[in-house]
Amino acid sequence: MGAIFLLEDGRRFEGEAFGARTSRVGEAVFNTAMTGYQEVLTDPSYAEQVVTMTAPHIGNTGVNSDDPESERVWPAGFIVRSLSRSPSSWRSEGSLHHYLRDAGVPGMQGIDTRALVRHLRDKGAMKCVISTDGTPEAELMEQLKAYPGMVGRNLAAAVSCTEAWVAADPAEPVARFAVVDGGCKKNILRLLEGAGCYVRVHPISDPAEAWLEGVDAVLVSNGPGDPAAVDGVTSELAKVVGKVPLVGICLGHQLIARTLGATTYKLPFGHRGGNQPVRDERTGRVQITSQNHGFAVDRASLEALGAEVTHTHLNDGSVSGFRTADVFAVQYHPEASPGPHDGSVLIDEFVEMAKGGAK
Amino acid sequence: MSAKVNPDQLRFPPGSTLLVIGSGPIIIGQACEFDYSGTQACKALKELGYRVVLINSNPATIMTDEELADATYVEPLTVEAARQVIAREKPVAVLPTVGGQVGLNLALALHEQGVLEEHGCMLIGADPEAIELAEDRKLFRDAMVEIGIGVAESDVATTLEEAEALLDKVGLPAIIRPAFTLGGAGGGIAWNREEFRAIVTEGLRLSPVTQVLVETSLLGWKEFELEVIRDTADNVIVICSIENFDPMGIHTGDSITVAPALTLTDRELQNLRDQAIRIIRRVGVETGGSNVQFAVNPANVPEGRHEVVLRLRDESGATSTATSGGRLTFDRTAPNGQAAPEGRIIVAEGDSELADLQCDAGSVTEANFYPLFEAKEAAGQPWCPATQSWGTPCN
Repeated sequence: MGAIFLLEDGRRFEGEAFGARTSRVGEAVFNTAMTGYQEVLTDPSYAEQVVTMTAPHIGNTGVNSDDPESERVWPAGFIVRSLSRSPSSWRSEGSLHHYLRDAGVPGMQGIDTRALVRHLRDKGAMKCVISTDGTPEAELMEQLKAYPGMVGRNLAAAVSCTEAWVAADPAEPVARFAVVDGGCKKNILRLLEGAGCYVRVHPISDPAEAWLEGVDAVLVSNGPGDPAAVDGVTSELAKVVGKVPLVGICLGHQLIARTLGATTYKLPFGHRGGNQPVRDERTGRVQITSQNHGFAVDRASLEALGAEVTHTHLNDGSVSGFRTADVFAVQYHPEASPGPHDGSVLIDEFVEMAKGGAK
Repeated sequence: MSAKVNPDQLRFPPGSTLLVIGSGPIIIGQACEFDYSGTQACKALKELGYRVVLINSNPATIMTDEELADATYVEPLTVEAARQVIAREKPVAVLPTVGGQVGLNLALALHEQGVLEEHGCMLIGADPEAIELAEDRKLFRDAMVEIGIGVAESDVATTLEEAEALLDKVGLPAIIRPAFTLGGAGGGIAWNREEFRAIVTEGLRLSPVTQVLVETSLLGWKEFELEVIRDTADNVIVICSIENFDPMGIHTGDSITVAPALTLTDRELQNLRDQAIRIIRRVGVETGGSNVQFAVNPANVPEGRHEVVLRLRDESGATSTATSGGRLTFDRTAPNGQAAPEGRIIVAEGDSELADLQCDAGSVTEANFYPLFEAKEAAGQPWCPATQSWGTPCN
């Protein structure tokens, strides 16, 4: 059976179906990572998004049980130029087709992904519907119109864990972290654990008092959706500022900025991929980073608060990180996975900050 | 010039003379890609405002076309000829990294015989220590062990007896690689002791330093390459990954290569990337590109114990034309979704940093953008149905 992909503005693509036979609505985005499709698929930040990969061959290394960044597949749909049905990797335990089928996620291949990506680049991320089950197009358009989209949606609460759990508990921790889970990737926890930290993960809906209990620092994780819609969290985060160091990644970066009083805005088509150049303004050094976000922090509003912009995205000059005496946050993913490991030094900085305590 | 290079950032005043060493005759291991890299280097250096002098023994190349260099010497690539060119042209610096093994060997000889010092001429792109480290198999191996990079079991021998003693450790089949020979000439795989003695004897004869490396065979392993560029601020980017269609044991020149690498998971690719960056820093390639090659065991190797062997050369095939003063061309290199970097990345000479440069593609993308592929590119020998052979031009 064929697959159909419809965009909000009427653009239409036909291709071949793989994965699950179903219809799903979401936001159409693209990712430029050349490797790491399984990490992309299991990153909670992709909740309710139909992800198109710009790399032409996907599925080459199959899927395995070591690489997932969470317990499930998050995107609403997955679009590739050419699906590999015969994986070549000693770690492969199955095919991408079966993986998506079992996860209930529709896939589509054999379309001109360049045309689709250029369209999204010109027109911006937009609402879409993907169908692999033969649902009539008129019905799909109705579903698309009924879909509320990303703006104003608090998706972080929906993907967060439901109760606190301890991810790492070494005998002599170098620092103790509470991680506020807005859709946290496993590798953030792995890196903190690797640095010798005690790590406790909390639902984003927990009160600040619960986060703060017996920790040296609070880290706000990555996550999906519109930071402005998660505003209930900022009043809790405000209680952390000044008590212990507050650090953040991606959505966490945006939430901390909003807590301080800065504003966020939607980027035209977002930064998603493993090739995003960021300059550390403190050293002039450039890191090639992994990023995945559709919203950004307004530079002027940060500077008006007296915050130091520590990192700049070199493609469009947007804010990639900032710091004050009490907080430090980056828009990119120091935990990579997928992507280059250039940013992992940031985790060390977080740990140092935690050791130093509140200023 | 679309690279935003401020004249103040250049290492030498505009108008300074630079000598580029070409690669000589086109032979296996030293093919037309070096004509390409040399040509691009001449163009880029001229665009930066330098006066370019070229020495190359092969007149049948693009780089020796009249309009490319400001002065072209079609002379043997020997120390004597180069000495005369240097004495006459008085270049402030020699660029040896775009002429393949020939260029590197000549530069090293000019350094060792004091010619460069005598004329106050410096080497750019790579210093003699870096060339020596990347080319001397024992030094290189020791350096890799020092920074924790996995290498195949191997050691160097300068006599047949020494080589035979190594066999106990290395085992058969064994790889024999003579030091400092073009395209690995004289090397081979020995399946038994008789072959081993024959190849070692020949290898010792061919090696200018009478030295061979005896190494455990990695036949059948997957073969990957990373093209890496480093700038003076120690920023390092990986331009592309390449996968050999055929496994270890089939010479790349006889095989097909595909970019990007297609059968590595992100964890494995980033592992190789981290290693390649450590290697380029250890070898000390100051500015410019290097090609780092890895063999990866396709069987069940535990995570973090990639057994890896590699060679690093200051020059390499088609993609590493971006040595200092050179450029890197990526036909059909893909948009990363934010710009259309079809075309070239310029890595300019000497003291420039990647972040100060822009892609020579009319786009706003900076040179430290990390190219991505949305198409795969394959290079290899054409099959000619008429002659039933590889590599023969078909008309």
